[in-house]
Amino acid sequence: MPHAKTLYEKIWDAHVVDPGDGETSLIYIDRHIIHEVTTPQAFEGLKLAGRKVRRPEAVIAVPDHNVPTKDRDKPIEDPQSAAQVAMLKEKCAEYGIEHIEMNDIRQGIVHVIGPEQGITQPGITLVCGDSHTATHGAFGALAFGIGTSEVEHCLATQTLQLKKSKTMKVEVVGEPGPWLTAKDIILAIIAHIGTSGGTGHVIEFFGPAITGLTMEGRMTLCNMAIEAGARAGLIAPDEKTFEYLQDKPRAPQGVHWNAAMAHWSTLKSDPDATFDKVAVVDVADIPPLVTWGTSPEDVAPITGTVPHPDDFANPSKQDAARKALDYLGLEAGMNIQDIKIDRAFIGSCTNSRIEDMRAAAVIARGRKVAPNVIEALVVPGSGLVKAQAEREGLDKIFTEAGFEWREPGCSMCLAMNADRVGPKERCASTSNRNFVGRQGPDARTHLMSPAMAAAAAIAGHLADVRDYPPIPPVQEAA
Amino acid sequence: MEPFKTITSKAVPFNRRNVDTDIIMPSEFLKSLSREGLGVGAFKALRYLEDGSPNPDSEFNNPAYEGAQILLAGPNIGCGSSREHAAWGIKDMGFKVIIAASFADIFYSNCFKNGIVTVILPEAQVEALMEDVKEGAEISVDLEAQTVQRPNQEVFHFDYEPFKRHALLNGLDEIGITLQKAGALDEFEKQQSQKLPWLYGAA
Repeated sequence: MPHAKTLYEKIWDAHVVDPGDGETSLIYIDRHIIHEVTTPQAFEGLKLAGRKVRRPEAVIAVPDHNVPTKDRDKPIEDPQSAAQVAMLKEKCAEYGIEHIEMNDIRQGIVHVIGPEQGITQPGITLVCGDSHTATHGAFGALAFGIGTSEVEHCLATQTLQLKKSKTMKVEVVGEPGPWLTAKDIILAIIAHIGTSGGTGHVIEFFGPAITGLTMEGRMTLCNMAIEAGARAGLIAPDEKTFEYLQDKPRAPQGVHWNAAMAHWSTLKSDPDATFDKVAVVDVADIPPLVTWGTSPEDVAPITGTVPHPDDFANPSKQDAARKALDYLGLEAGMNIQDIKIDRAFIGSCTNSRIEDMRAAAVIARGRKVAPNVIEALVVPGSGLVKAQAEREGLDKIFTEAGFEWREPGCSMCLAMNADRVGPKERCASTSNRNFVGRQGPDARTHLMSPAMAAAAAIAGHLADVRDYPPIPPVQEAA
Repeated sequence: MEPFKTITSKAVPFNRRNVDTDIIMPSEFLKSLSREGLGVGAFKALRYLEDGSPNPDSEFNNPAYEGAQILLAGPNIGCGSSREHAAWGIKDMGFKVIIAASFADIFYSNCFKNGIVTVILPEAQVEALMEDVKEGAEISVDLEAQTVQRPNQEVFHFDYEPFKRHALLNGLDEIGITLQKAGALDEFEKQQSQKLPWLYGAA
């Protein structure tokens, strides 16, 4: 009998072009998404070596990292950003790669448009010069971020020289309470295993709390697998996956759809497959979560207090906590809900899909952003998400509540465009990284779910979304 | 890529855990169209004061370590973003070797692509080396022998992936190596296009 395999091993084995020395193998890459920031040097390298793009039809390009989120009818103000966006377009034309323009309705964040266009499919290998490529693992695709040299290697050869990862099983047990979203679940997992808990591993997620998530929720979860150190996250495809992909522009059609479904249905870890590492995380009865520090593992319940550095066993962790509290301007022991905010950001490849927009809008409806909040941004993940939200009237709910409704892009997640958090300002953010300087020099970030960020914007401080019950829409008089 | 030769040099002891690539290279430097000249942005928030002058408290500005080609780092160095600009910046600062107890996966790979040797040693040995170099003493890294030599001549052994070690020692062009496998690649695509035709544009 052949030995039982994990889903990761199945996808790996199906993509070996050359086994190499057994440790490092040449692996075929089915799909490659590129954006404007991590590709210029790759194209430069191709040109210098006189190399071609092997399979331009397997590559798709979209600008997202430093596109502006307003005034899109005007030229991009920042000359460096404008140069990167222009270069992407020019190089795609030169090498025959499809390029989605900034003002195309399909434009958006790489990790939103991949699934939306049906590029992301179960069982494929997919790469992008962005660490949050882990997102696409929600479909049972082996998807991971790569550096620019690997982008160049993949453009030239449609392969990568890769060392096989170890496997890790993360089982999520317990029934999540109200408003415990995919974001809270992944924060709970990162808090449990730490930011290097998954290093060298590919994580596969299991448990009813995972299969119970929508595709949007699964994307949020896998997106932050990288924040646990894992290069990729995986969830085995199921009926929800197939339903999401049906009728997506690049999904298999007609007779191929049935063949694809039959193939995809085989993509799961064998019941007796063994993993190199296992973690079990219980999410029953945990309140919504936020981060208090400068690492995504610095997680606290919204009902809790800021921890004391001495609470940590490890001296270097104590030191890190002291530095984090100093950077964030927080006192150990203070109530999390007493932390006042200056900005709110609802968006990023973690939380900018239609479900995220709906969750935030439910809290925002009939309420107003607190006067101490300078700016509350809502940035949909793609033009298609934006259009869908507008059909549902979500944009009006946000603008009436005092939020700004913007054009799609990475925006305030990493401060490459004009959207940023000022020095020593504090932001309630649905993004994925609370690193020092991530949202701008000296910016202070607290990560949370979209509904929690909306509640914080309304309250003017970190707040428990459960204290903000939805206000029913006002019925128009007949 | 230049072939890697044994390096004997001063080393900067940079003892922080979980140093992310946003710290190594802030996003303001990601707008470059070139791989060159990014050393100026590396560790910006740590190396410079608000007025732009060098921060005297930063290890990177300590005259005792001037000319160091070896960086001794805390565990999980390079976590977070995939930006290769982090490796480009470290290389541009003059570092040819990073020694740490663990590396984040993508950063590890990015260093390799740029000829930076990434040595993994147990945390206690990394800490011992950090003590060793505090006054500016030199240590040696020999990739051929897979050893780090302390100032007291004691030797620490490390493991290295054979593929990467071979490529680094010989300064090989990885894309060139892969392109030699064109036959296997053609065959793979032929078989996959029969099995999964929808991945090859069949509607």
